[in-house]
Amino acid sequence: MCDTCGCSTEGGVVLRKPGETGYHLHIIESDHESLIHSHDEAHSHDHSHHHHHEESSGRKVLLEQDVLLKNNLLAERNRGFFEARNIFALNFLSSPGSGKTTLLEKIIPLILPHSPVAVIEGDQQTTNDAERIHALGVPVIQVNTGSGCHLDAMMINRAVKELELQNNSLLCIENVGNLVCPAMFDLGEALKVVVISVTEGDDKPLKYPNMFHEANLCILNKIDLLPYVDFDARKCRENALRVNHHLEWMEVSAKTGEGFDVWQQWIESKLKQR
Amino acid sequence: MHEMSIALSIIEAVEAKAREEGAERISGIDLVVGKLAGIQPESLRFCFSAAAKGSMAESALLQIEEPEGIGECMECGRKFPVSFYYAECPECRSLKIGIVSGEEFTIQTITIAEEGD
Repeated sequence: MCDTCGCSTEGGVVLRKPGETGYHLHIIESDHESLIHSHDEAHSHDHSHHHHHEESSGRKVLLEQDVLLKNNLLAERNRGFFEARNIFALNFLSSPGSGKTTLLEKIIPLILPHSPVAVIEGDQQTTNDAERIHALGVPVIQVNTGSGCHLDAMMINRAVKELELQNNSLLCIENVGNLVCPAMFDLGEALKVVVISVTEGDDKPLKYPNMFHEANLCILNKIDLLPYVDFDARKCRENALRVNHHLEWMEVSAKTGEGFDVWQQWIESKLKQR
Repeated sequence: MHEMSIALSIIEAVEAKAREEGAERISGIDLVVGKLAGIQPESLRFCFSAAAKGSMAESALLQIEEPEGIGECMECGRKFPVSFYYAECPECRSLKIGIVSGEEFTIQTITIAEEGD
């Protein structure tokens, strides 16, 4: 139950903004569309089902429909919006704790002199990550997925409407920390960036191949810890390239800034290519 | 667990189709879930039974066809069964493999129940 308005939101998605304690938006999925209400509006939830009760004969009906059709159509709408406004959207994926938020905290100030940046933060609960990005002074919105394990195209569609996105900007989408489910859902991003850290196993790409197969760039983070951990960076890279031979590879430390010049150049060259 | 949101997507899609057909109950759903699609059929069945409660597909029988993964070597063109993306060509040992089958994830048909079924 929502603690602000008392409405039932078990498992529902909530948008929140750092520094705006009164602000939150519920996204409720119903039969046909997402019902959205904010606390500025009167509550009227119509969750009723309208079924036609007509005679039907026992028969097979052909669908041949992609199960993720609705998500994929909405992702294409997001992509069209980004393209029209020349917004370069990156979807950041990783297991929890690999350092996605720190990577963003450190790269955003380097990109800001060249391009406006905005961020969508995905997590099940809390606005902790959004608060950290907010401190950089860039537009940010937190999507709390509740029990959900991934962001989907509808959440991005809604979040984008609440963000002051500028033309010719970079949009960073930090997905829910999870190497399994987020790989399935196209958000409308231009490219997917998967992050792993040296405190994980170097066989991660083989254990979670879908994620690495879908990604365009893999960033190995926390390389400052390599002398202290049992992690073979070369082997990890080989494993990642076995799963996806188009994958670009980069090694950085968000703590020391090592490798950030290469990453910054990568982003800036992609921004120019749009 | 993405199978739950996927189960809900399936119910949404089949209910929309059933309504279009003027039906009120769905007795069967045929899915094709390739072995490389990243979906566990057993998890999907489990989630489906929970997600379908109170829907037109509550008593629907879920049939899942699971096509095998087939890879094609991008060096020599050999096609062979694969169980994952990091397959090696049995002919030329190349790792450049394209997936030609096994990633399918579609709702093929629904069966509309007759009154009194």
